[in-house]
Amino acid sequence: MKTVRLTLWGAVVVASAAFLWLYTSQGSNQRFVSELSQNTDTLRPEFSLTDHQGNAVTEQTYRGKWLLVFFGFTNCPDICPTTLGELAQLMDLLGPDAQKTQPLFISIDPERDRVETMAEYVSAFHPSIVGLTGTETEVTATAKSFKAFFEKLPQETAPDGYTMGHTSAVYLISPEGVFVRTYSYGTSPEKIAADVQQRL
Amino acid sequence: MSRVLFNTLSSLLFLLFAFPATAESVRGGDLVVEAPWARASIGTSRPSAAYITIRNEGSSADVLTGIETEISSMPEVHEIKTNDNVSTMSPAGPVEIPAKDAVKLAPGGLHIMLIGLQRALVEGERFPMTLIFEKAGRVNVSVPIYSLGASGPEE
Repeated sequence: MKTVRLTLWGAVVVASAAFLWLYTSQGSNQRFVSELSQNTDTLRPEFSLTDHQGNAVTEQTYRGKWLLVFFGFTNCPDICPTTLGELAQLMDLLGPDAQKTQPLFISIDPERDRVETMAEYVSAFHPSIVGLTGTETEVTATAKSFKAFFEKLPQETAPDGYTMGHTSAVYLISPEGVFVRTYSYGTSPEKIAADVQQRL
Repeated sequence: MSRVLFNTLSSLLFLLFAFPATAESVRGGDLVVEAPWARASIGTSRPSAAYITIRNEGSSADVLTGIETEISSMPEVHEIKTNDNVSTMSPAGPVEIPAKDAVKLAPGGLHIMLIGLQRALVEGERFPMTLIFEKAGRVNVSVPIYSLGASGPEE
């Protein structure tokens, strides 16, 4: 009986520690995210990933272009296709100025989003959108560099038993590679186009 | 008995409204279900989403308790929550439609997640979907499919 009780108490301690650890790590990630609106003056995102055509790319690959960066995953049925559809509209709205910009869709679900998946997915939206993926380590490093947040959320009814939470704002990065601003989810393509064009 | 009558009535109403391909508004009891649309899919391996607006003209709340459609093995209402620029998605459970009010399922909020697609959703085609309400019973709609990057029925 005593052993059972001790074991139970042990379990309680372990569970509490796990909860505390999860809670605090979650908390620090959240703070990490809210930094987006603050200490970003000198943010220069770096990455080393693979584009949807299988080429190894880094932030240097896109120097000279205004980058519009969106993090997401292809199994996402709502936020991601809506935003990519809006980025496609944005590229059309920009007309000739579209050549000075490059939309990037970075997968935060590299387990499922391989190069072929990304190719099939991004090309369905707009020929100018480039899809990037990588190893889990590469993707994690990229997100960190952008101060972007993502997490794998177990969900019984979701395909493969999980879904992803992620930063849903679109980043604007200057041709020199410096963070300029984010556009929160739902910002209209017209608004983004006007904002981008006054900077060109 | 009244439920059976109700179901028959709503089915009849559905038939009345569903035949002209342009009718995008269906009445079921006190509810008016309008502007349904779904997002095209690439193949069947990834989930898609459907959207709709439900207006309750009655004086008591109703609840959307379930969805049936041949296009998906598990249609389920999901909700996106965005906090501090981070968006997460989770099952919404039953959705209350308050009296004299409307609930809009739209991108960035509530959507019907079409899990386990039985066939690809092709832009320009349609599929039937049944919404199941606690009071209004079953309401059938014909859902038009818009492009993968569509953000609303107005496009």
